[in-house]
Amino acid sequence: MGTLRADRGDRPLVEIRGLGFRRGAVKVFDGLDLDIQHGRVTAIMGSSGAGKTTLLRMITGQLRPDAGSVRVGPYDVATLSVDRLYEMRRNIGMLFQNGALLTDLDVFENVAFPLREHTRLPERLIRHIVLTKLEAVGLRGAARLLPQALSGGMARRVALARAVVMDPDLLIYDEPFVGLDPISMGVVVRLIRRLNEALGITSIVISHDIHELRDVSDHSFLLGDGRVIGEGAHRELMASEAPLVRQFMHGEADGPVAFHYPAPDYADDLFGPESRG
Amino acid sequence: MSVLRELGESFVSFLRILGDMALFLLRLVMYTPRGLLRFRLVVHQVHNTGALSLVIIMISGLFVGMVLALQGFDLLARFNSEDALGTAAALALIKELGPVVTALLFAGRAGTALASEIGLMKATEQLSAMEMMAVDPMRRVVLPRFLGGVIAMPLLVAIFTAIGIFGAWLVGVVMMGVDAGSFWSQMQANVSGDEIFEGVFKSVVFGIAASLIAVYEGYRAWPTAEGVGRATTRTVVLTAVSVLILDYMITAALL
Ligand SMILES: Nc1ncnc2c1ncn2[C@@H]1O[C@H](COP(=O)(O)OP(=O)(O)OP(=O)(O)O)[C@@H](O)[C@H]1O
Ligand SMILES: [Mg+2]
Repeated sequence: MGTLRADRGDRPLVEIRGLGFRRGAVKVFDGLDLDIQHGRVTAIMGSSGAGKTTLLRMITGQLRPDAGSVRVGPYDVATLSVDRLYEMRRNIGMLFQNGALLTDLDVFENVAFPLREHTRLPERLIRHIVLTKLEAVGLRGAARLLPQALSGGMARRVALARAVVMDPDLLIYDEPFVGLDPISMGVVVRLIRRLNEALGITSIVISHDIHELRDVSDHSFLLGDGRVIGEGAHRELMASEAPLVRQFMHGEADGPVAFHYPAPDYADDLFGPESRG
Repeated sequence: MSVLRELGESFVSFLRILGDMALFLLRLVMYTPRGLLRFRLVVHQVHNTGALSLVIIMISGLFVGMVLALQGFDLLARFNSEDALGTAAALALIKELGPVVTALLFAGRAGTALASEIGLMKATEQLSAMEMMAVDPMRRVVLPRFLGGVIAMPLLVAIFTAIGIFGAWLVGVVMMGVDAGSFWSQMQANVSGDEIFEGVFKSVVFGIAASLIAVYEGYRAWPTAEGVGRATTRTVVLTAVSVLILDYMITAALL
């Protein structure tokens, strides 16, 4: 058990308060509050550009907020030194969308990578741990393949094995369902639940696949306008009458959420002074 | 006017890159003691970069030595001093052609490979993934490649120079009929430790410059296919120019 679970108390694992962040003129977050409870699978949903990936980068300390605070376990992420940040990350597993496997190492070495970097375990034990994790994702037979020889779905499962090899307290998935065939999809859905239960960890799943999330998440957040616009069990969100939530959960094109990236007036853009060069 | 301003701007951006690169080098130097502890990673990279460049360096060394002997023989024959051919070829190879040509070939072969490898690792989020696994890519990816290049360069220069001298012997002694005894004995008598030091010193400096530029360009590359392409081109151009400038400065300083 790592440092994230150690001082648990009654506090949530992740606590975000008054988060503000802008990219140029775009306010990505504007006073966002969000809690992630221990031991659950929490989904973070939102339309494209709502800031899901950005939120994830704030939780892991890859980006620092302009305002507000992000706490993960005992760590106040916004003010951590690099050493403390790395200490925190040893307890976080992260699944990148494309897997982000190291292309010069084979599958086995990819999964062994965090162990070799952070521990002095004997080779026999490393082998045992790695093969166990590969077996859990059904790819023990692929141990000696290079990442280039894997399909997208296989690569993601290897990345998942790598993400759990250090027994993290928190496991984060960025868009785990994108581009998977129905079979791999079902496998990944079940893996997320099984890992969460078997390892007793906390999981965050970032996605806009509402239907897959139904079978995965205990609790869901819906992002929009730089804030949380809906929260609750999946069923509750589906039944919500709030217009913003309805529009997203039922995929309606017309509604309060703007489909367009902020832009100057359309007519001005087409026929205004700039169009005449 | 606008040409002046453009020149000014590119000078400023040149200075900024130079400063950034100096800081980058400083970080690498600070990490080096601990990086050397993981010697297997470094040896692996020496092997990687060395093996990449070895064949072209051997072939180029042979032909450079051979053409040097042809030209040298032609020139020396006018003064009836063909016996000095061994000395002339050896000095030219040890002090100039060995380090400079090897560095240029290294940039084209190993340097571009390093830059594009690191750039691609960045573009495919492998470096971010490492950071998320609490592994610093500067130490794990960049440093071993940099040290590998720095160590490989003097070795490659030595190989280039030795094969170059062999090529000069082939043309001078075997083809042109220069006396083998005077070819070697004059060479031995006239090539001093100072001159060998100059060659070694240059090869070390060029090794640092070429490796630094390659890993820097890769690490700072824009994380797209186009960005990686640009990084490899810039690696070759920047290395070639800096090696030639450094070569002049070192030669002038050591005279
Ligand atoms: N590097 C960047 N530079 C400038 N703006 C950015 C950058 N990254 C993201 N943004 C902006 O931040 C906002 C949120 O982006 P983010 O990637 O977090 O969205 P997302 O919810 O993950 O979307 P998607 O579902 O498409 O992945 C967008 O408006 C985007 O334009
Ligand atoms: Mg995203």
